[in-house]
Amino acid sequence: MNSFTYTNATAVDAAVREKSTNTKAAFVAGGTNLLDLMKENVERPTRLIGLNKLADLATIEDNPEGGLRLGALATNADTAWHPEVEKRYPLLSQTILAGASPQLRNMATNGGNLMQRTRCYYFYDLATPCNKREPGSGCSALNGFNRIHAILGASEHCIATYPSDMAVALAALEATVRVSGPHGERTIPFADFHRLPGDQPERDNTLETGELITALDLPAKGFEKNFTYLKLRDRTSYAFAVVSVAVGLELEGNVIKEARIALGGVAHKPWRVIAVEETLRGVTATEDNFREAATALLRDAQGYGSNNFKIELAKRAIVRALKQATEMNQPLDANAFLNSNP
Amino acid sequence: MSDLTTTPRLVEAGTSNTSYIGKPTSRVEGPAKVTGTAKYSAEFNVPGLLYGYVVTSPITKGRITKINSAPVLALEGVVQIFSHENVPSLAWFDRNYKDDVAPGGSPFRPLHDAEIKFNMQPVALVVADSFEVARYAASVLEIEYEQEKFDTNIDLKRDEGHKPGSGKTGFMPPPPPRGNPNDALKNATHRIEGEYIHGAQHHNPMEMFATTVEYHQDGKITAYDKTQGVYNVQQYITKIFGLSKDEARVVNHYMGGGFGSGLRPQYQVFLAVLAALELKQSVRVSLTRQQMFSFGHRPHTLQYLKMGTNPDGTLAALHHHALHETSKFEEYTENVVNWSGMLYQCENVNLGYQVAELDVYTPLDMRAPGAATGSFALEVAMDEMAYAAGLDPLDFRIRNYAEQDQNMKKPFSSKKLRECYHEGAAKFGWDKRTPEPRSMREGNQLIGWGMAGGVWDASMQKAAAKAIFTADGKLEVLSAAGENGTGTYTIMTQIAAETLGLPLEAVTFKLGDTNMPEAPLQGGSWTAASVGSAVKNVCTEVGEKLLKLAQKMKGSPLKGASIDDVHFADGQIRLNTNPSEAVVIRDILPASGEEKLEVESSAMPNMIKQQPYSMHSHNAVFVEVKVDEDLGTVHVTRVVNAVAAGRILNTKTARSQVLGSVVWGISMALMEETVMDHTFGRYMNHNYAEYHVPVNADIHDIDVVFVEEEDDKVNPLGVKGIGEVGMLGVAAAITNAVYHATGKRVRELPIYMDKLL
Amino acid sequence: MIQQPTNTSGGATSLPAPPSAGSVTLTINGVQRHMQLAPWTTLLDALREYADLTGTKKGCDHGQCGSCTVLVNGKRINSCLTLAVMQEGNEITTIEGLGQPENLSPLQQAFIDHDAFQCGYCTPGQICSAQGLINEGRAHTEDEIRELMSGNICRCGAYVGILAAVKEVVDKQSSK
Ligand SMILES: Cc1cc2nc3c(=O)[nH]c(=O)nc-3n(C[C@H](O)[C@H](O)[C@H](O)COP(=O)(O)OP(=O)(O)OC[C@H]3O[C@@H](n4cnc5c(N)ncnc54)[C@H](O)[C@@H]3O)c2cc1C
Ligand code: SF4
Ligand code: FES
Ligand code: FES
Repeated sequence: MNSFTYTNATAVDAAVREKSTNTKAAFVAGGTNLLDLMKENVERPTRLIGLNKLADLATIEDNPEGGLRLGALATNADTAWHPEVEKRYPLLSQTILAGASPQLRNMATNGGNLMQRTRCYYFYDLATPCNKREPGSGCSALNGFNRIHAILGASEHCIATYPSDMAVALAALEATVRVSGPHGERTIPFADFHRLPGDQPERDNTLETGELITALDLPAKGFEKNFTYLKLRDRTSYAFAVVSVAVGLELEGNVIKEARIALGGVAHKPWRVIAVEETLRGVTATEDNFREAATALLRDAQGYGSNNFKIELAKRAIVRALKQATEMNQPLDANAFLNSNP
Repeated sequence: MSDLTTTPRLVEAGTSNTSYIGKPTSRVEGPAKVTGTAKYSAEFNVPGLLYGYVVTSPITKGRITKINSAPVLALEGVVQIFSHENVPSLAWFDRNYKDDVAPGGSPFRPLHDAEIKFNMQPVALVVADSFEVARYAASVLEIEYEQEKFDTNIDLKRDEGHKPGSGKTGFMPPPPPRGNPNDALKNATHRIEGEYIHGAQHHNPMEMFATTVEYHQDGKITAYDKTQGVYNVQQYITKIFGLSKDEARVVNHYMGGGFGSGLRPQYQVFLAVLAALELKQSVRVSLTRQQMFSFGHRPHTLQYLKMGTNPDGTLAALHHHALHETSKFEEYTENVVNWSGMLYQCENVNLGYQVAELDVYTPLDMRAPGAATGSFALEVAMDEMAYAAGLDPLDFRIRNYAEQDQNMKKPFSSKKLRECYHEGAAKFGWDKRTPEPRSMREGNQLIGWGMAGGVWDASMQKAAAKAIFTADGKLEVLSAAGENGTGTYTIMTQIAAETLGLPLEAVTFKLGDTNMPEAPLQGGSWTAASVGSAVKNVCTEVGEKLLKLAQKMKGSPLKGASIDDVHFADGQIRLNTNPSEAVVIRDILPASGEEKLEVESSAMPNMIKQQPYSMHSHNAVFVEVKVDEDLGTVHVTRVVNAVAAGRILNTKTARSQVLGSVVWGISMALMEETVMDHTFGRYMNHNYAEYHVPVNADIHDIDVVFVEEEDDKVNPLGVKGIGEVGMLGVAAAITNAVYHATGKRVRELPIYMDKLL
Repeated sequence: MIQQPTNTSGGATSLPAPPSAGSVTLTINGVQRHMQLAPWTTLLDALREYADLTGTKKGCDHGQCGSCTVLVNGKRINSCLTLAVMQEGNEITTIEGLGQPENLSPLQQAFIDHDAFQCGYCTPGQICSAQGLINEGRAHTEDEIRELMSGNICRCGAYVGILAAVKEVVDKQSSK
């Protein structure tokens, strides 16, 4: 870990100002990703701006659009177990609770979760080349051990996945990211927040220098009747997703009025294909239709060796998740995350 | 030294309040462990402590050409950087670096020269006045290397394996072929063959390797070291650094898990002692979790089995060949295939065992070394054979039950494997199994039942102990044994208390210090037998002295009684013929005017008594798995593990050992593997997030059955050890259950979901 | 190849100096401690190396094992992934604050009774975590406890005992 100084931010604008004038400064919220990477010498900020004293950003309240506003500094645990989230967005509760561990969820914040970096083994290990860590040095995963790597939207420069669970549900729910920057506030639709690696894998998202995430806005529609988060991993808990699927369905009888399907663990961002979701509109909720949608979603998927199996696994997971969401006919109780462990 | 050849005079269980052996006594060190007061090696915060941080090599093979120390040394707080460039000349001969359990070859000498022999080799130690400065300084130390080509892939060395020498203690080359294995296989009614593979696995005990070296005014040192053998470490550092035993004390009161990783001194102890001696100051060196992947591991192993049966379902022929990796500097060996020649009756057997050198660190014994590996392959093959022959896997095993050890041509000192099969099967409900694969399900979940078994050595080593009985009626027993979760503190306290008929509270057992009488390394499941026998002996000798003194007491009812005429119970020495004629033990010393009795004694195996026998523990494991039909996820929902391991000294701690072994078996079967990228020769999942071991949610019902087994040949206590046998067969039983559930035969571990899609 | 981990300036002769220590006040087990710490000291190292509270264990230093679990304002966290300076003003409770050998907490006693440990190294973290679980009040059934105790790895594999111990205390609390 390198040498740095620390300060607690007391106001958003001051924090933004300091960060935008110092390229070696970093915000720290829960610290669960940043400090991990600093101990690995992957991240080396010389100035840390602590956000935890920004109490205004830690609240959860109704937003003007009829939805809910999740403060960027609210912890993952407080968010998942917030009564309004449990009631109106149980998909989000379930998804958050499928991630990390109880201790980490008590530290991790909503903003930090969106900003967490890939778990690619090579990215973490300074002994191996990695374009994301050291642009231009090469991608070791491409021909290496790439079990946890992308099958969709990757580039020859980087095949990393973005590891967050929470973001998969946020993608399905079409949240909006509110940010405050040197030029004022702006909102970013969730689909535009994370980016594909292309030839700039060092950039995970579209946040501009100095910008601070202040909140996540959830629209009114929460798919609280038919939803599921299915997370497949190498052990039952406390492991990142190999493949995950967040599904929200609006059903009329057995007919799908609206479907949202987002995939985690397969790309540099939560993966959605709106066109495929459209094809499910007005269709009966049958396994055949689900399978067709799954096949379409994975049409362009490509494996890189150790992760070839993910293509078939993702298809099956989508079918299962859609089935699970369809068949669900009671409100979710607070511990239903246990259902997501097949 | 007394040689206990007679069975010990133990009071019949339950007849007195001081009979503790076999009882579920709670751990005597429990309060220390649950309150955080038990101190582990990195927790001795001695004054003036310096911190060392290890720098490891990013390359696999080559040499260091330059170390740019100057700018790092200039940092405030940095005290010194040790590397091959400035390490003082130490012991000249590399045999001085050989520890008690070093395999053949020439041991790795840390910071010895510029040569890089394996990836993550320690290349420098940065010492600073705080942990954080040392960590930072290590991260900015610039080192240049020249790289060479390397081999790390055993798959490419299939033809370069060779028979190893017998350099390592405990290694037994496989016996020569017996019968006519080739023809017998050819003529068999049913045949199977297959290759069984598992990758490297790292012990990853919870506590990371660390040494705190306290440097004393007089130049002597005390090394608080994470080790399974303080004497082994002492002889290692004294030989290398030219110290006398008196100058180097090694201590380990608590070890946060070992599983074999602490059998050999690890490089942090070398580095910490080096720095402390050079700087004449106390130094702590702790490894990081990542660095826990920089030394020994269970070797990546390839096994090939061929089997055939006769028309009556007996084994006609068995071939088992194994090849695993070793380093280029030491020849690591373990007994992988020998078990296949003794677990079942078979007249035609061909066993083969080879190793191949790679540019990796030397593998290291890891819980049930060789047997965990071999029993996986053998017991999966047995399942395949049972299916091929149309037999129930349990029935098939019973048909081929070995009544004697055919490898050694000796009878077993005791063997209750049949009872393990029966009691385990009954508890599990094996008779309700439908044999066809995919015949049991619950919704999306395919249910599978599988079983397997295993055999492990029951051995005993020489051990010594000292007992001090004081006038206040308290007994202290000391032996330099280890406690890494196995229950040593507790069972030794039980043995001592019961032998002298004292309440547990009056007995303190101390361990893990080279100032105490020597005990063997904490490994091979022999601590209970070895140290237990020494404790028993020394307490018996204290008892004899107490009896003599008691007989001198006025009006003593024990006058004229020999040691065989009395027993020790409930704080009294009592006449066997009339137990109400007794002397209260705590009155004896005050009456005699002596302040204390101090006795040192030892125990060693009775070779003459043991020689005619093959001595082993056994187990049978029954497992239920649920496999998601579409997604391939596997959950082990129920396990029954029936173990025959002689006398169980403490049913509570012994059960825990078996429960832990089952968790290890589940881990080996479903998740554990250190994956190497051969482009770099480097393990890539070298952390606890990507090297998976089970979490609480992975573990469901586990039932442990201890089958009663009496054995008066193996050692005076009749114990066979319980730390390893419980792991055997677990991975195979799970693999077999997965086959039963899905119809897919997996021969390569771990069984991740991709193997079942 | 040059192993040049972090000094991108390449062959630089002077490196950034270590940060200087400042006074940090931590409230640990109800006691205010004024300590001299640099910003880069984690809460875990502050406890173990500076406050001599070695009951809190280091099993990975990267949030991957749970050995370092402590309670902050009653909530369980991994003390290895937070800086001491980030915890000023909070109530920190470590295993030493939950009970002592002669005054064991119900969880500590239950861990002994159910032999919920072997080597004992993960144990303080398990117990702090279980205390956090009880404070949360979310886990009641065995499956819920298993899942919500999954942030603590036990390499000795004492999970069966851990589950039994935690369940016993959870049941007792809810019957109150
Ligand atoms: C062992 C382990 C297992 C895990 N398992 C999972 C898992 O299964 N699923 C999962 O989803 N996650 C998992 N995580 C990741 C965890 O969820 C993230 O580390 C966490 O969400 C990050 O949040 P934080 O507040 O701690 O971020 P920090 O570490 O504080 O910050 C992370 C990054 O975000 C930036 N940042 C923080 N807040 C803001 C803000 N408001 N505006 C702009 N930038 C900001 C920081 O500068 C930093 O670059 C795991 C983590 C660990 C260590
Ligand atoms: S996949 Fe991306 S993060 Fe991983 S090595 Fe390649 S460039 Fe680096
Ligand atoms: S030491 Fe903090 S989680 Fe492992
Ligand atoms: S008791 Fe050893 S790791 Fe849990």
